[in-house]
Amino acid sequence: MSNVISLDGLAVGSKDSLTKAMESSGCSSSSCGSSDAPEDMDPATWEKVKDHPCYSEEAHHYFARMHVAVAPACNIQCNYCNRKYDCANESRPGVVSERLTPEKAARKVIAVANEIPQLSVLGIAGPGDSAYDWKKTRETFRLVQAQLPDIKLCLSSNGLALPDHVDELLEMNIDHVTLTINMIDPEVGTKIYPWIFWQHKRRTGLEASQILHERQMQSLDLLHERGILVKVNSVMIPGINDDHLLEVNKEVKRRGAFLHNIMPLISAPEHGTVFGLQGQRGPTAAELKKLQDACAGGANLMKHCRQCRADAVGLLGEDRGQEFTMDLVPDEVTYDPSKREAYKEWVAEERGERRAAAEEARAETEAAVGADAGAMLIAVATKGGGRINQHFGHATEFQIFEVDASGVRFVTHRRCDNYCVGGYGEEDKLELVIKTLEGIDTILCAKIGDCPREDLAAAGIEAIQDYAYEYIETAVSAVYRARNGLPAAETETA
Amino acid sequence: MALQIIQSNCTVCGACEFECPNAAIRFEDETYIIDPGLCTECKGTYDTPQCAEVCPVPETCVPA
Repeated sequence: MSNVISLDGLAVGSKDSLTKAMESSGCSSSSCGSSDAPEDMDPATWEKVKDHPCYSEEAHHYFARMHVAVAPACNIQCNYCNRKYDCANESRPGVVSERLTPEKAARKVIAVANEIPQLSVLGIAGPGDSAYDWKKTRETFRLVQAQLPDIKLCLSSNGLALPDHVDELLEMNIDHVTLTINMIDPEVGTKIYPWIFWQHKRRTGLEASQILHERQMQSLDLLHERGILVKVNSVMIPGINDDHLLEVNKEVKRRGAFLHNIMPLISAPEHGTVFGLQGQRGPTAAELKKLQDACAGGANLMKHCRQCRADAVGLLGEDRGQEFTMDLVPDEVTYDPSKREAYKEWVAEERGERRAAAEEARAETEAAVGADAGAMLIAVATKGGGRINQHFGHATEFQIFEVDASGVRFVTHRRCDNYCVGGYGEEDKLELVIKTLEGIDTILCAKIGDCPREDLAAAGIEAIQDYAYEYIETAVSAVYRARNGLPAAETETA
Repeated sequence: MALQIIQSNCTVCGACEFECPNAAIRFEDETYIIDPGLCTECKGTYDTPQCAEVCPVPETCVPA
């Protein structure tokens, strides 16, 4: 198995050595902690989401998704979207470098599945609307399903055309759909949607938003009735729908949405969008967090979204799309299931052990630290697999975890340019990283050079590499206990 | 009596192709083109030309 897990980003010790370490700490089997559903989820739902990186925060450490841009046509216009522009350097929904026919897309999916064993999900997210451009979406799913029957299929839509295709979704075993819902009050909608195309007519103003709203709610109800999991995406637009999203959160929860993903508006004049040209700003990280916190108790909030492109490939937080442009995909590809199967087996074992280790660390922390000890935020450099396994200088994002006596929770990620380029760290980039880490005084990474470590220390941030390749939860808990004046656990899998 | 697509504006999304009731629009040489022999400007079928209604870019599907 060690060959399989030494994939880039998942270089850990052999399974045997890990198991030994676990045994020495009194946890003798990989079923400890198990791969059962978490307490707050029924087993059937867990089965659907456990390998879907967008629907399960835990899964996003292990599994990758890819989007194929087969559905360019759209039936509505949003003020934050301009599909005319394409830049490989920007990463945001709706943007795509290369449009594909269903046949080309299927070939690309197989080429990726052969190279990236973490691949578990194929999504169609436009760049237009995948339910409106339905024939191409359906044909792509059909071709892929014939060769990769175990891949999860999902799509995203604005909901206007979706009610017409719900039965077909069921037939094709599509059990994840993302609806973008930015309002439940058509008056608010008038500031977001200049027009929709509906029943052979372009509709504008309040009429457009009224129809869109009704169809979105109908989509949500139909999908929920049929047992298809719905994630609702909402774009947070300050001054337009920011306060209103609290109401949206309540309503979509009431109608059965599984997850609610509130995303910050991405807006700049060079995007050529209405909002960009008007100077409409996106929310700050603090504004976003405030809204997300206010929504707690509504639908489960997704906090690990990376707002990926309509042609993204890889783990969330990485985009390997440039490695799989059509000119690099062979004319004929044959699917080789061996890598993905071996990887799945490894993950099933590994995530059970990770959960056991996390539970053990939690129990130890609970016993050692008073319940009144304050929470702490810790930044982690990881390449996936739930471990601290990335060199500080290579990190393009940091995952932020919150820890207190009750456990370790993923809070968000913060992006930054990687500090180290071609082996040499650049000083001005380090300043950006320090800015990115605002409010955080500890970072865990697999390795860090002396210079950046000293510079971080001067900025009040301690960089720790002692927990290299350990589970995030174990390491974060140990740091938390140490900060609260108690000894680190003796059970770490060093 | 026909419409044409201003190619420099076209985003090649293809919405016009499947809204056209006359199958007058096809993809050719990296863009969409309207066959003037088949285009009726949707007269007698719809109130307005469907390609122009659905096109996301203003002034792109225009009278030839």
